[in-house]
Amino acid sequence: MSPDTSPSAPGSQPMVKALGLVKTYKAEGVEAKAVRGVDLHVEPGEFVSVTGPSGAGKSTLLHLLGGLDRPDSGRIWLDGRQVDSLSEARWAVLRRRSIGIVFQFFNLVSNLTVADNIELPALLAGKSPRQARTSCEELLTELSLEAKRRSMPSELSGGEQQRVALARALVNHPRLLLADEPTGSLDSKGSREVMRLLSRFHQRGQTILLVTHDARVASTADRVISFFDGQVVDDAVLGGPEHVPSSVADILKLRD
Amino acid sequence: MRLALLVLLSRGPAHGYELKQALERLMGAAYPQPNIGQVYVTLSRLENAHLIDGEDVAQSSRPNKRIYRLTEAGREAVAGWFEEPVEPKLRDDFFMKLALAHETGAADQIALINKHRRYCLNAMRDLSKLAAAEDRDHRISQLMIEGAMLHLQADLDWLERCQEELE
Ligand SMILES: Nc1ncnc2c1ncn2[C@@H]1O[C@H](COP(=O)(O)OP(=O)(O)O)[C@@H](O)[C@H]1O
Ligand SMILES: [Mg+2]
Repeated sequence: MSPDTSPSAPGSQPMVKALGLVKTYKAEGVEAKAVRGVDLHVEPGEFVSVTGPSGAGKSTLLHLLGGLDRPDSGRIWLDGRQVDSLSEARWAVLRRRSIGIVFQFFNLVSNLTVADNIELPALLAGKSPRQARTSCEELLTELSLEAKRRSMPSELSGGEQQRVALARALVNHPRLLLADEPTGSLDSKGSREVMRLLSRFHQRGQTILLVTHDARVASTADRVISFFDGQVVDDAVLGGPEHVPSSVADILKLRD
Repeated sequence: MRLALLVLLSRGPAHGYELKQALERLMGAAYPQPNIGQVYVTLSRLENAHLIDGEDVAQSSRPNKRIYRLTEAGREAVAGWFEEPVEPKLRDDFFMKLALAHETGAADQIALINKHRRYCLNAMRDLSKLAAAEDRDHRISQLMIEGAMLHLQADLDWLERCQEELE
């Protein structure tokens, strides 16, 4: 652990802090500079989206923050703890306890029921079967999946599968939720449902970092970071002082 | 609002307040609530232009109310309006700024793009909230909001293209 020297509010650590992150992939001798020097701060309770075109490096950034990939250089702190030099095994523990992740493709275990999929990470984190069952039941209710607890993933719609994936990611009450294109394979109804749920968890204090190429999805967050070519080009708080509240009326203005 | 009031009157005579309510019902939350004063002013202009006729009707305990009906000229104006082609929203004042900033360097084009993106994202957020707050079954209102969101989505995608090309 290294002391945090950044000028953040006294007594509060950023949930995510990254400095100088760089990641270059080499495939068949060709270099892809996926992340080219990124600094990032996310405060506890924030809902931040990272948006930009396909290939901008959004998923790479999220993978670095979740320890699914290692930066070439740069440092990462999660909840005040420096994590960039953790071992693979330590990262696995961290992801189990403190970081929930959802992806575009739901990655559910196909031969386990919905309830078992949700309970599995709780059991892996060392909860008793009874505790795991209780947390699972709470989430099933929360996500309107009670009737599906004994279904297999293949029997569910995409939107339902993503809700199960969300429950699985949240079952250990992670400090940070990472989401990579969570609506990317859903229809508009499924997307709306998943975004509504993310907003609801955010309102209860969940810190969320979402990456998406979809501006409509990105605008659900309180803060939108625009990402291009491996770099942050803009970082905007929505609903802030620059915001013009009459915009809705402006867009739909009927002429006299 | 001129045409909206004329078309509503093609259904039959009505007074100002009824027309205001009909507009509200039709448009729902997607549309800023029409102001009753604005409705009356517009009606009197339409009357002066002989597109509608007004007639005072006595009410027992209240002031007279004025009932309006469409004239023949008004009917033609309505038919003409539906006949007119509608220009899709293609002209973009932002593009003018960007093109001139690019050409002359009078403003920073990337800063312009970022500022416009923020504006669009904020508008998008407002529309999402509006859609969530509005009655799901109000189809006209929901469709208007969705249309506006799709326009913004296209603007934002296009801003990405501008950024890729100009940076
Ligand atoms: N595992 C990988 N191996 C090689 N190149 C990769 C790998 N992952 C991503 N890339 C490259 O890195 C760049 C950024 O990709 P990515 O982070 O997936 O972007 P985004 O999520 O914004 O679409 C792209 O050029 C992509 O081809
Ligand atoms: Mg991606």
